[in-house]
Amino acid sequence: MALLSKKDTNLILDPLADNNPITIQVLGICSALAITAELKASVVMALSVIFVLGAGNVVISLMRNIIPSKIRIIVQLIVVATLVIIVDQVLKAFAYELSKTLAVFVGLIITNCIIMGRFEAFALGNGPWRSFLDGIGNALGYGVILVIVGFFRELLGSGTLFGFKVLGDPIAKTGVYSIGYENNGFMIIPPAALIVVGIIIWVQRSRNRTLIEEH
Amino acid sequence: MAINTDKNVYTVLFATGMVIVVGSILAYLASALKPRIQENERFEKQQNILYAMGVNENTDESAVNFVSTEEVEEVFSEYIKEQLVIKGDSVMENPEAYLIDMKKQLAIAKSGETPSLPVMVGEKDGKKFYIIPMYGKGLWDAIWGFIALDNNLVVQGVYFDHKGETPGLGANIKARYFMDDFAGESILDGTRYAGIEVAKGNNDPLNQDKEDNQVDALAGATITGNGVSAMISETVNLYKDYLQSISTQ
Repeated sequence: MALLSKKDTNLILDPLADNNPITIQVLGICSALAITAELKASVVMALSVIFVLGAGNVVISLMRNIIPSKIRIIVQLIVVATLVIIVDQVLKAFAYELSKTLAVFVGLIITNCIIMGRFEAFALGNGPWRSFLDGIGNALGYGVILVIVGFFRELLGSGTLFGFKVLGDPIAKTGVYSIGYENNGFMIIPPAALIVVGIIIWVQRSRNRTLIEEH
Repeated sequence: MAINTDKNVYTVLFATGMVIVVGSILAYLASALKPRIQENERFEKQQNILYAMGVNENTDESAVNFVSTEEVEEVFSEYIKEQLVIKGDSVMENPEAYLIDMKKQLAIAKSGETPSLPVMVGEKDGKKFYIIPMYGKGLWDAIWGFIALDNNLVVQGVYFDHKGETPGLGANIKARYFMDDFAGESILDGTRYAGIEVAKGNNDPLNQDKEDNQVDALAGATITGNGVSAMISETVNLYKDYLQSISTQ
């Protein structure tokens, strides 16, 4: 017996492309705009969401039969908030440096609508294992877009990747800067993320025309 | 057995139970981890103070490398010769002055009372450094840092940090290329205690003019930069009397 059936595999693979939470469902845009000015932050955010969404989906799925439907949104919110705070506290005690990098994301993870969206749409109606896969899949789909956007924004905006000066030194005029290239300051402000996400959506829909919504 | 989850009684009981469970978990976790977290924060403060006076493990011009957490306590007591608390006209020694919370002291100062202001006096290669903590606000949340001055009131080094500035923009106040610019700037403008301005249009991006009380701002982080300027000038004004007393000018 394979570890993952075809259906299970699709739970992970679908959100990476044809059902991507950012480009198709247009969820989680807020954090995608806010923190993608550099690649490192994008990667850290992606990893945090993978953890929170994977674990949160399992918890909600285990509780799905006992959650009163009237207050289910509040219950979901509490589960996310608790998970995030536990992670934050444990990191502060045992990996202080990392926790400082993450501090800014804590609030953003709690308000990320992908997380609430998956709890509501999937975990409340499916078992823990499938919910776990669905959570990981959607978080990966979110992370992939974040990393792509972060890559272009940091490269074009600051001329660096993970803080390394890959295009040369803009002040000393080495590398591509010696032939007159300039960093595009627009790329490091949030509207640039919107444009990059827009381009990704355009490319994706022109490659796969079935994704184009009809109105 | 199916439970009727739509009943009001069940909803209230569930909510109560959930609050108790979650509350207990978080309370237990917070109190169990508190000592470790506080120790981490103390080490971090020591690392920041040492960094401002130039005691660090920087290897190149891009990354910030602190003295390692394991050694920091020893190194701190080696370099920091004196810790003072200034209250009004009196200057007292206090070996735990570096733990004083600047946020509280600024609030006390604002309410019109006399704050207890910490100064760490460090010595490296026979040279004296006066390290002063700072606290202010950026765009989203708190910013803070340390500024190291010599007897001429010229900045020898700074360290900035922040709680929630935007990564890639305001968060770059803790990047080397921003902090390194401060070294060599005087906080005096003639005889006025001017501080140092984070300026957008000073036509001096390489920061070769050390007489202008200005450093080059960060693109896309105007409000964080203004916060840094305000923080420095507020601190300088608060410590004015003490700075006058150590100044050789």
